[in-house]
Amino acid sequence: MTTPLTPVGELSYEQALSELEALVAGLESDGHTLDDAMSQFERGQELTQHCAALLEKADLKVQQLLGDDLIDLEISA
Amino acid sequence: MTFSLSQVAQLTHSSYTLFTMMQRSFLPPTAWTVTDLNRYLRDILESDHNLNDLWVQGEISNFSRPRSGHLYFTIKDSSAALRCVMWRSAAERQTFLPKDGDAVEVHGSISVYEAGGQMQLYVDKIKPLGEGALFQAFVALKAKLEAEGLFDSDLKLPIPRWPRRIGIITSPTGAAFQDMLNTLRRRYPLVDVILVPSLMQGDGAPAAIVDALGALEQHIAPDLILLGRGGGSIEDLWAFNDERVARAIAACSIPIITGVGHETDFTIADFVADLRAPTPTAAAELAVPDRHDLLAALGDLQGHLTNLIAAKIENRRWVIQAVQNDLQRVSPAARIREHRQRIDELSARLGVAVRHRQTIQRSGIEALESRLNALNPLAVLQRGYAIISRLDDGVISKVGQVEDGDALSVRVSDGDFDVEVKKQSKKVKP
Repeated sequence: MTTPLTPVGELSYEQALSELEALVAGLESDGHTLDDAMSQFERGQELTQHCAALLEKADLKVQQLLGDDLIDLEISA
Repeated sequence: MTFSLSQVAQLTHSSYTLFTMMQRSFLPPTAWTVTDLNRYLRDILESDHNLNDLWVQGEISNFSRPRSGHLYFTIKDSSAALRCVMWRSAAERQTFLPKDGDAVEVHGSISVYEAGGQMQLYVDKIKPLGEGALFQAFVALKAKLEAEGLFDSDLKLPIPRWPRRIGIITSPTGAAFQDMLNTLRRRYPLVDVILVPSLMQGDGAPAAIVDALGALEQHIAPDLILLGRGGGSIEDLWAFNDERVARAIAACSIPIITGVGHETDFTIADFVADLRAPTPTAAAELAVPDRHDLLAALGDLQGHLTNLIAAKIENRRWVIQAVQNDLQRVSPAARIREHRQRIDELSARLGVAVRHRQTIQRSGIEALESRLNALNPLAVLQRGYAIISRLDDGVISKVGQVEDGDALSVRVSDGDFDVEVKKQSKKVKP
């Protein structure tokens, strides 16, 4: 990868997932040095954990449109 | 008292005969029994085909449903009333149950309740009055919008796979809102939800829904809009059959999923929407992926990733092993071992040869030694021979070597002594 990678923690779920899918597809093809493959693998592990953490820890944010303003709604589960 | 069917027929026939006789006779009239009369009236009513299969419209009153499950009510208009009964078997098939004041159309047959002398309608079907009219309007609007192409599949916007913001248009107090929130929270809590409260039924509802759609589109531009309402009567859901709502949905640039009423309810809004869900909960389910599926897929992906890297490492290891094998094949180590063995062999052979030669040499030396010993002149002395030598000039072996008076040294086996020559004589050789 030539462009510097975004820190995993700053990625949204779908960004992390699409990077992960691309990364796996890339690893499926040959042409990596072992070092490159290992660093991709480690990045992949981080992305996986990030995605799982987002899914497990996220809480629904609910707002209401009032005129032009958004106000937070406290909704009990 | 009980009658068989034939007795009933007979009795009915005899009363009829009696009645015709009364008209013709000048005799004082014979009084009817109430039973006979009611039965007679019932026969007349039941034999009239027009009264066997008819629809009557009116307003429900005195509606009651006792434990027996039969329905009793009256239908009336401004100036008349009619008693109605609906047996339990028919009532159980009824999805619409009226209440007092409802305008209805009822279907059934007219007869007489003999015990009470009541003419009543035995009802087998009740439907709300106006359903027909509403249905006509629904069909007409549907045909019109369909002809305009508003339902065309190429107008449908794709539902985003990963929505981040979802706009919800519904009543904030309705169960539908809670159902949608619960479903979103359970399946995919990564989304932000923006509620735009709106009337969902009544005259103001269509305009409110149109306004809510406009507000969402202009101010928020979410990835997806859910338009949901729980179940209700056809009148309750009528806002979703409003032309203004239908056109606003069609014109909206944001994908819309409708979830209106129950599974069996289809509204015009459903046909225009980009996706129709049978209920509000189902709309929320169609809007987002399920995190359990996502977690499972994530697990698969992680396993795949691990396998990939393990295979790569294994591949490298295999390459290294192959190279190592090659290296081993061309390595001098084997030749070194071979040479070492030959050296050992040679050195062993060398040892044997050396020892052999030593033995031979030793035996040669011994032979020489004994020969040498045999030649030792001193050994002769043992046998009594002596060696005579002039002191200054070597061994005397001939007479001519000496003169009288010469001092000579005589060597014997254990020493020597000096002598003087006195007389010489030369012996002739034998």
